[in-house]
Amino acid sequence: MSAAPATVKPPARTQKTAQELVESPEFKALVRKRWTVSAVMLVLLFVSYYGYILLIAANKPLVSTKIGAVTTLAIPLGILSIVAAWVLTGVYVAWANKAYDPEVERLKRQLER
Amino acid sequence: MIPVLAAGAAPLQTSLGKPTVASIGFFFAIVVLTLIITYFAARKTKTSSEYYAAGRSVSAGQNGLALAGDYMSAASFLGISGMVALKGYDGMIYATGWLAGWPALMFLVAEPLRNLGKFTFADVVAFRLRQTPVRIAAAFGGIATVLFYTIAQMVGSGSLIKLMFGIDYVWAELIVGVVMLGYVLFGGMLATTWVQIIKAVLLLIGVTILTILVLSRFGFDPTNLYAAVSTQYGQAALEPGGLVSNPVEAVSLGLALMFGLLGLPHILMRFYTVPDAKAARKSVLYATGLIGYFYLIIPIVGFGAAALVGRDVITSVDKSGNMAAPLVGELLAGAPFLGFIAAVAFATILAVVAGLTLAGASAYSHDIYVSVLKDGRATEEEQVRAAKMATVVFGVAAVALGIAFEGQNVAFMVGLAFSIAASANFPALLMSVLWKRFTTMGAVWSIVTGAVLSVVMIVLSPTVWGDVLKHVDAAGKPYGIIPLKNPAIVSMTAAFVVGIVVSLLSEEKKAQEAFEREKIRTYLGVGAE
Repeated sequence: MSAAPATVKPPARTQKTAQELVESPEFKALVRKRWTVSAVMLVLLFVSYYGYILLIAANKPLVSTKIGAVTTLAIPLGILSIVAAWVLTGVYVAWANKAYDPEVERLKRQLER
Repeated sequence: MIPVLAAGAAPLQTSLGKPTVASIGFFFAIVVLTLIITYFAARKTKTSSEYYAAGRSVSAGQNGLALAGDYMSAASFLGISGMVALKGYDGMIYATGWLAGWPALMFLVAEPLRNLGKFTFADVVAFRLRQTPVRIAAAFGGIATVLFYTIAQMVGSGSLIKLMFGIDYVWAELIVGVVMLGYVLFGGMLATTWVQIIKAVLLLIGVTILTILVLSRFGFDPTNLYAAVSTQYGQAALEPGGLVSNPVEAVSLGLALMFGLLGLPHILMRFYTVPDAKAARKSVLYATGLIGYFYLIIPIVGFGAAALVGRDVITSVDKSGNMAAPLVGELLAGAPFLGFIAAVAFATILAVVAGLTLAGASAYSHDIYVSVLKDGRATEEEQVRAAKMATVVFGVAAVALGIAFEGQNVAFMVGLAFSIAASANFPALLMSVLWKRFTTMGAVWSIVTGAVLSVVMIVLSPTVWGDVLKHVDAAGKPYGIIPLKNPAIVSMTAAFVVGIVVSLLSEEKKAQEAFEREKIRTYLGVGAE
């Protein structure tokens, strides 16, 4: 990956060595934030997928309830589990584009070259 | 022509099992197009980075399609539509499991993998550990995964091609092997990527047309389709059946499908073809969208086949239901469309085997030959030569194993591949990225534990011990020494526990220092290749 363009030149004293950057509170906060978001998303994924599977295993009569003439509750639940996977990946990418990437760029500019 | 009886209606004539002008024509069109692409790709494939990673020139959108292409195998297209046709709703539950890993791939591995690695996932497992032992263990896990997956694909493809084109099994294996080697050997990752893209586009178009054709018979209202299925096969077709009767088994299968994806070498390798972590992340979003769409509409094709073609007819052509989608295609749009679907299924097989071959070859040539035997000091020329030789060896082995296992029940090998991927490759990969105190010995023992437990537990499972090795109990029912069909819940947990315990017992200061030092690469992408 290429570094940020040299046109934006931060004051010299904000420049850090790689080690200083890794040990800086901002960098640590970024890493913590990244894995917190991942963990929360993963929990939601588990709830949507294993929740769906375990609901079927635990209560077949419930998911076999007709919600239309013949359509069972299980059908929209299955569709929902697929849609949830889409939504979760979409939310993660939106977060990463909006919050993670700008912070990465900002920290990279602090790095001594 | 095989005359078969449609449920209570006029006999259905099918051109399945016989090469038609349409199927041969479409097939040749696809092969010629992909070989032309290979020709151009070959001119851009000189260095090792071009051979393994398409020179990191693939865009996020292209990679999203290629990932989808790698993942949507003929088995998932034909198998899941067949399962829905014959078993009803259970096929839908199965389909959702195949998608569930994609978000997890994004949250846990896509970005660090791209930042830390060069060509293979073993690069990432080994990035701060002692190269030799970790490379050997990771290559072993990777090759085992790819090999079992390939055998399942080759055996499945031989019988599918025989069924659709009437080509002899051995010839089918040879055609797949030769054409696939043509792509990989000359065009490397760039050609393989374009083959995947073309195949993904054709497959998605084919399934979309099938879905529209099916829905057109039911006034574009799925509830009318469900009503027809319910009338013919009873309400049970729309209710969950036996697939998740045992929650432990269901969760274990779910874990293998979900985290197996995060350890599939041919999928992980794709992330090195894009320029950076941002593109890696975006490509997962596209892939998830495309694959989710595919699994969302496949059940409609399956239910349509059950309602319009009939379960009796589907099973009379192929017991496992694999021909449900081609048959409903022929019924609704005639022999030329069947030819198109058959050709797309063939292209699907070629593309998936090509991706697997490149991944299997790289595990040997990059991880063992270059990193271990040459101590990382091979010239470009040596690297590319080693990669091409490994490709030929792997391709020949794939054909030979495909022929050797003709007619064998190898369906369990897909489960085995996913179980090894989830238990041997994934835990070591995740712990290496995430856990500072992870050590060389921890990685090696975690990989070995996951791989060995997967193999042993699957051999002793009802699927292999009972169904394949024909051990039956007093009542004549196949049984397993271990009651679980899929071991992931045990083997993956064990791999994590062993990795943690061994790491705590074998402190490695250097690995911890490198872990901190490499953080600017892991999280900021500084110094990524």
